[in-house]
Amino acid sequence: MKIFVEIKKLAGEFAENKDIAKEIRVNQIMPMLADDKVVVLDFSGVSGTTQSFIHALISEPIRQFRDVALEKIEYKNCSGIVREVVKTIYEYMQESFNFETYEE
Amino acid sequence: MKVTLSNSDYLRNFDRFISGLDFSNSEILYIHSHPKWINVHPTVLTLVVAMATRAGKHNVKFEKLTATSGSYLDRMGLFEFTDQPSPYKIHKKEETGRFIPITVIKNSTEQSKFITDMIPLLHLPADKTDAIKYTVGELLRNVLEHSGSSDGAIVAAQYYKKSNMIRIGICDGGIGIKKSLQQYWASNAKTDIEAIKWALVPGISGTTRKEGGTEDNAGAGLFFIKSIAQVARNYFMIYSGSGIFKLLLHDKRIEKPRLHPNPDDDRHSERNDAPYFQGTLVAIDLSLENKSEFTQLLAAIREVYGKAVRERKRKKYKEPKFI
Repeated sequence: MKIFVEIKKLAGEFAENKDIAKEIRVNQIMPMLADDKVVVLDFSGVSGTTQSFIHALISEPIRQFRDVALEKIEYKNCSGIVREVVKTIYEYMQESFNFETYEE
Repeated sequence: MKVTLSNSDYLRNFDRFISGLDFSNSEILYIHSHPKWINVHPTVLTLVVAMATRAGKHNVKFEKLTATSGSYLDRMGLFEFTDQPSPYKIHKKEETGRFIPITVIKNSTEQSKFITDMIPLLHLPADKTDAIKYTVGELLRNVLEHSGSSDGAIVAAQYYKKSNMIRIGICDGGIGIKKSLQQYWASNAKTDIEAIKWALVPGISGTTRKEGGTEDNAGAGLFFIKSIAQVARNYFMIYSGSGIFKLLLHDKRIEKPRLHPNPDDDRHSERNDAPYFQGTLVAIDLSLENKSEFTQLLAAIREVYGKAVRERKRKKYKEPKFI
């Protein structure tokens, strides 16, 4: 079963409000993943976003659910900017999996 | 406290502006100015407002404000932060667009409204505004989350038609970058300039030592902003405590300036002897001439960011024990 989350309705045309990202994460993404559902983040109408918004949206689900999150969160109608930012977070979150504490 | 507004207070000459700053006796602020001409970067105005907020509205004194071009201070809303009336009369028929007056943002709702409202004020085509929204959004959020200032973030911007450039300033009177990094990065942030440079390293957050950050912070914001400025060959400056880091312009003959995860590798100037400013000031000039798409720029930043994280990870690999 796929659950659709329309980002524009919640965060506007330029998604930058981390408090809203957190609300979506806590109230929608995390419970859906825990329930083994596919979450579709629909960015239709969102022209751009910030790294901190997308980080607040998906980093914790990726950290907590690992492969489940990587497979069960889908991204729809992404602009080039949204796509690049999501890819950035995917890269650094997966790099962090086995080395979570920075040491000099 | 004292500040002097001159006829060319831009990032290129910022040291000259800094030399006229005095933060002692925070109970009163004297604003001196060039007698004939005032021409300042918006970031200067945000700093003046941070100082005025500290002194209190009724303790802000303009000294001999005679320059006709001082009307710019009125248009940008500086007199709203003082009890002193403006000596200027702004003609309503003048072009009023292309600048964002000094605005104080105290929470994320105000931030979102500001970002939505600011673009029409600049009269810019939609495809040129993504980098601006990105930059302002990230910098404002940094202040709200990390500055510890109850007075919020002070922001102002100005579009310059001739150079097709927007100049943005964001300031707060909070705890400063060094203090915000102390909990997790004390050994990397012993001085203000060390702290500023450490905050510019990808993946360094004041909220954790964990790779990948916390659920709300990754420590990527300032690196992204610096990189945006770098690729577009623009000035970018951070002033906090006694430290100032300023990204210098790249040679125009270099087609694609290289991005560096370590700010020491950037073409920059730095000092750690500036008059001590309790708070953080960030300034950026964004050229809208830049032909490369913002998406391509983000892809380039992603590449460098990923490489930096991988290199850091590699350093943690355990070596085999050859006996």
